[in-house]
Amino acid sequence: MQIKPILAALRRHKAGTILIALQIALTLAIVCNALFIIQERVSRLSRTTGMDESNVIAIANRYVGPATVFGPTIKTDLAAIRNMAGVEDAYATNSYPLRNGGWSMGVRLIPDAKKEITSTTLYFVDDHALRTLGVKLIEGRNFNAGEVIMLDPRKSTALPQVIITKALAQKLFADGKSLGKTIYLSQEGKPSTVIGVVEKLQVPWVGTWAGSFDQHAVLLPATLDANYQNFLVRARPGQQEAVLKALPKLLIDTNRMRVIPEEGGVRSFEDVRRRAYETDRGMAILMGIVCAVLLAITAAGIVGLSSFWVGQRRKQIGVRRALGATKGDILSYFMTENFLIALGGVIVGSALAYGMNQWLLEQFEMQRLSLVYVITGVVALLLLGQAAVLAPALRASRVSPVEATRSV
Amino acid sequence: MFGYYLELAMRSMKRNRVLTALMVVAVALGIGSCMTTLTVLHVLSGDPMPGKSQNLYTPQIDPRAMDGYVEDGPMLDQVTWIDGMNLLRSKRGEHQALMTGGAMTVQPSDGSIDPFYANSRYTTADFFPMFAIPLLYGRAWNASDDEARTRVAVISSELNDKLFHGEDSTGKSIRIHGTDMRIVGVIGDWRPTPHFYDLNMGDFANTEDVFVPLSVARELLLPRSGSIDCWGPGGSAEESLEKASCVWLQFWVQLDSPAKAAEYRQFLLHYVQEQKALGRFERPARVELFNVMQWMDYKQVVPGDVKLQTLLAMGFFLVCLVNTVGLMLAKFMRRSVEVGVRRALGASRRAVFAQLLTEAGIIGLMGGLLGLMLAMAGLVLVRAQPAQYASLAHLDMEMLVLTMVLAIVATVLAGVLPAWRACQIAPALQLKTQ
Repeated sequence: MQIKPILAALRRHKAGTILIALQIALTLAIVCNALFIIQERVSRLSRTTGMDESNVIAIANRYVGPATVFGPTIKTDLAAIRNMAGVEDAYATNSYPLRNGGWSMGVRLIPDAKKEITSTTLYFVDDHALRTLGVKLIEGRNFNAGEVIMLDPRKSTALPQVIITKALAQKLFADGKSLGKTIYLSQEGKPSTVIGVVEKLQVPWVGTWAGSFDQHAVLLPATLDANYQNFLVRARPGQQEAVLKALPKLLIDTNRMRVIPEEGGVRSFEDVRRRAYETDRGMAILMGIVCAVLLAITAAGIVGLSSFWVGQRRKQIGVRRALGATKGDILSYFMTENFLIALGGVIVGSALAYGMNQWLLEQFEMQRLSLVYVITGVVALLLLGQAAVLAPALRASRVSPVEATRSV
Repeated sequence: MFGYYLELAMRSMKRNRVLTALMVVAVALGIGSCMTTLTVLHVLSGDPMPGKSQNLYTPQIDPRAMDGYVEDGPMLDQVTWIDGMNLLRSKRGEHQALMTGGAMTVQPSDGSIDPFYANSRYTTADFFPMFAIPLLYGRAWNASDDEARTRVAVISSELNDKLFHGEDSTGKSIRIHGTDMRIVGVIGDWRPTPHFYDLNMGDFANTEDVFVPLSVARELLLPRSGSIDCWGPGGSAEESLEKASCVWLQFWVQLDSPAKAAEYRQFLLHYVQEQKALGRFERPARVELFNVMQWMDYKQVVPGDVKLQTLLAMGFFLVCLVNTVGLMLAKFMRRSVEVGVRRALGASRRAVFAQLLTEAGIIGLMGGLLGLMLAMAGLVLVRAQPAQYASLAHLDMEMLVLTMVLAIVATVLAGVLPAWRACQIAPALQLKTQ
């Protein structure tokens, strides 16, 4: 084809050529990394908790006053909530998935082992928890009411029976068979026997630091004897809104000596999820907007410079047309020219994208950029370049051969 | 002459409206995004105690057992009761304070207000003079109140507004955690950002609402929050935390010159060696002494996402600038004829160059103004975010000036190459082709 004359012509427009190529290269590097960050965030926030999240309500509650023992108060509250119209079940706990605050602990199989096998979160619950959360018990049994005790949080946390998640069972035991086996949740050497396994339950934290054990949870049959309690409530289908509205009043009527934060005190689990991933979603949206605007600006830049070149070369185009070049020849000349420049740009840009990613992963918690993103970015920018140059190129192809004779 | 250049610039911009608008918008988007993220970064990495931070220090010593010792591993960020008290009593600095945080119930005497939780700080008396805290009413307590465990409290002006409608409440009592305390002072406007003296409360946490002497807090076992790190045998029961091998207190000391800081570091090292000799410490003697800004840096207070956003915005701005260079090149070269005529009529290269740069500067000015508006809109969006620091994101004078200077300087620089190319045009050639 006519690549040689194009290259010769480009040599006469070094500044413009380099500018377009540079802009494409920078855009590619930024867009690749931004897309990659978006994917990372989206995959993080689309994780499931293992719960049946619809119709669940979470309450943050703190008892006030001189009381030092909270067992009876918690029981009264739970009875009141469970008796409410529209409520299916409820329980009190120290934490729940996506709460962003909870208890983490090392798990051992040998009590005095120096190093724990993995980390897990501890959920202190009762026999109503599985039903309220809607998690699936896949092996063993649930706690029974007699096993649930009141526990002083400053004392030992080891309890004789526990329910663990499937992910934790697989991490601890090579064959994944954990039922009836013993695990150790403290260094004091008190054993806990696994009586049940649930399919999935996420830890309270959404950050990357908990990423290595985000499905490791241990359920313990105890209520912490503390003034701070979270209540989780499952409403009957269609009743969530009504229960959500009625709960604060019911709790205050049951016992005035409490504080429920006005904001985030009583919230639906949809709210809990939204709140937990707000920054991740914000970052993904921001990156998306930046990508879009960046591509638009680059396209506008290409249109601007190409139009100028077309305007500058009207006479030459006229001469070529007069010498027999077809409209298609002119069109393909400009399209090819742009393609060559863009090709140079994406080659430099790919290298830049990898360099930038290398630097980012040294500075931030990030993974290595996968080739898919670079290829996607390259194709997108080449197409963008072709689309942007189309209008100026069409205008060029419409230059009439008469132009050759004008001026002079 | 400048007026003439301006007129020429305006005329040329009007002739090429779309191209001009494109350049202005590109500069504005770049500037706007840069300023939004830089403002957030600027606020978050700001000095919480301007003028004083270089004299405020927090020490690090390592009282842990040999178990799990790693050479040059991270030290503990807080101190034990015993070490804290020893450092406090040695009085080596201008001021020193030992403190921890908590949250307590406040039961208003006014029955119409429900009981609520207020964040609190339990500290020794020097906290107030050391951090130069402005007092709206009354005074802070003093060392003898610490000794005597006087039940006094200093409250924030927000709490004062809520409970006493902003009136002078000194001398009145406040019921905190079931105990009546006498209010001796009300703090004025004071919110150090970041919350440097105790990052466990959240890096950008609000200032506490109630301040109580540490000795009183321990006597009444007021609820404590924040982080606690224990090692070795023995529990961490709340009643006996004074004896436990746990770190849970923050210690700050004011040292008014680098020489004094060096002296203090020596003192700390001696202290650690002495404790080792006594058998209390096991690990090799090592101390650190951070001033406020070094501490912020060490604790990586600025969130990674904010840094990432700033980098992204800068990359974005760079692309916008490259784009502007390209468009300006097109624009200036298109005016070859005009330039040729001006040159032929006697304008020097310098004059043409200056005129073209004026035009670039005006584009920068317009882009800057539009960018400023975008930045303000961007900051409104940032403030709507749930993050703890969100409410702090405001454009200050410094950033405002920086925006305009950056916009104009950047665009003028972007205009240098196109303008230079344009004045290289040989006038004769241009005139001939017409």
